[in-house]
Amino acid sequence: MGFLDNLINGISLGSIYAVIALGYTLVYGIAKMLNFAHGDVIMVGGYLIFTCATTWGLNPYLSLVIAMAGCTVLGILIEKIAYKPLRQATSLSVLITAIGVSYFLQNIALLIFGANPVTFTSIVNLPKISLFDGQIIIKSETTAAIVVSVLIVVGLSLFVGKTKSGRAMLAVSEDKDAAQLMGVNVNRTISLTFAIGSGLAAVAGGLLCSAYPVLSNTTGAMPGIKAFVAAVFGGIGSIPGAMIGGILIGVIEILGRAYISPQLADAIVFAVLIIVLMVKPTGILGKKISEKV
Amino acid sequence: MAMLEIRDLCVNYGMIKALKGISFDVNEGEVIALIGANGAGKTTTLHTITGILSAKSGSVKFEGKELTKTPAHKIVRMGMAHVPEGRRIFQQLTVLDNLKLGAFTRNDAAGIAEDMEKIYGRFPRLAERKTQIAGTLSGGEQQMLAMGRALMSRPKLIVMDEPSMGLSPILVSEIFDIITSIRKDGTTVLLVEQNAKKALSIADRAYVLETGNITLSGKASDLINDEKVRKAYLGE
Ligand SMILES: Nc1ncnc2c1ncn2[C@@H]1O[C@H](COP(=O)(O)OP(=O)(O)OP(=O)(O)O)[C@@H](O)[C@H]1O
Ligand SMILES: [Mg+2]
Repeated sequence: MGFLDNLINGISLGSIYAVIALGYTLVYGIAKMLNFAHGDVIMVGGYLIFTCATTWGLNPYLSLVIAMAGCTVLGILIEKIAYKPLRQATSLSVLITAIGVSYFLQNIALLIFGANPVTFTSIVNLPKISLFDGQIIIKSETTAAIVVSVLIVVGLSLFVGKTKSGRAMLAVSEDKDAAQLMGVNVNRTISLTFAIGSGLAAVAGGLLCSAYPVLSNTTGAMPGIKAFVAAVFGGIGSIPGAMIGGILIGVIEILGRAYISPQLADAIVFAVLIIVLMVKPTGILGKKISEKV
Repeated sequence: MAMLEIRDLCVNYGMIKALKGISFDVNEGEVIALIGANGAGKTTTLHTITGILSAKSGSVKFEGKELTKTPAHKIVRMGMAHVPEGRRIFQQLTVLDNLKLGAFTRNDAAGIAEDMEKIYGRFPRLAERKTQIAGTLSGGEQQMLAMGRALMSRPKLIVMDEPSMGLSPILVSEIFDIITSIRKDGTTVLLVEQNAKKALSIADRAYVLETGNITLSGKASDLINDEKVRKAYLGE
């Protein structure tokens, strides 16, 4: 494995982190909460695709669409049932609830799918790319992760910047009461945010399980935490920040594993986060948190 | 029937009784001033009217429809706009995006464009700063943006919470001239002010709020000469 191989793998893993990080960043930016159950929605997405594509033999892309729909509904339900009643509660109560939701999803999956990991069949069906007379071969999963994440970031930026619903999200993110006075339905906007984040989690689940084909009820946990790190790293609340943070975390992890120590790779990721936060507490692209008048 | 009818309105913050049963009317075409000292309950009154706060008891009727159970985002659609205390513009968005958010409830692109031009005509400084991030505007410009944003919903009634707060005397006069011209265009105004003198000079009628009760009301031209009002609110 040459350096270039490692770099490409890092970018690919980082692209998946980026898609997950977008879910964290959107929800944090608009609902001002850390949805720690987000990683587990990825796992649910993985199992939904597995069930549709492998168990029922449906077309893999159709399976992905079904999983996106399923996770979107799940995200909306989680927000309605678990978080909405806590709108006025302290952030600590919300955080504890989110951890509760996370364990709930993991245990439901354990109940339904059992404790043995399943082998996920890749849903990506593209040709390999061969460079330098076959010295570097880019797997189709790698290409898919990078292309899909770029498309998502561009699409989401356009949505937030150019559409009415996107503008409503920005307004709610800055000042809920003032947004209401403009006629924005805050509850619906928060619902929409969870819907988008969770739909993207299904995509991330498909990409993640295609690249690393072992699926169990805790599959989403570690990538979820790392993507959270990526979101903070890039500046939580920022869409391009999530992309940059995701890719950096992926590259640091893979290069750390290859050149420093496979055991320490995760520790290195967190160490880098701590250093970045000491130098720039708001993350790479983070804005100063504006003071409320 | 008055355009806006407030009857026996009570609002609490936990144990604190902020409004203790106030009643007043705003008729179509009027400018009504609501004056009172710090903490009297002026902001609470406006927030309850536009649905940000919920009432403990009493009623708020706008064009005959009860509003106390209606969520804020629906009240805007009924034709009421709120220029909040401290302006509350969207600091991180551009002037243009703030104005577009003001028109959030509307779908008539042509009408929105027309109103946008009107607002740029009324506030030329906003026109020059369309693409500027709103948080970098001066205090006076931010106040103009907050007013322009509210006007973008084409309201029948506009409620304003201390629009002159923190502005230089020249700007204060400018803001009051704008309020007068808004009224001339046919929009009814409910104005909360600390600057009682200025407020009474442009209002038709006024109410004086003291720790959650309305203690005085009448024609603005009478109140401005009232002994108690002069002592308590005009600093004489
Ligand atoms: N969020 C809150 N929680 C508890 N008490 C509040 C809250 N907001 C206002 N109050 C109290 O309610 C009363 C009325 O406040 P309000 O803001 O309506 O006054 P105001 O007339 O607008 O004053 P000002 O001129 O200073 O803006 C005050 O005693 C205030 O301390
Ligand atoms: Mg006030």
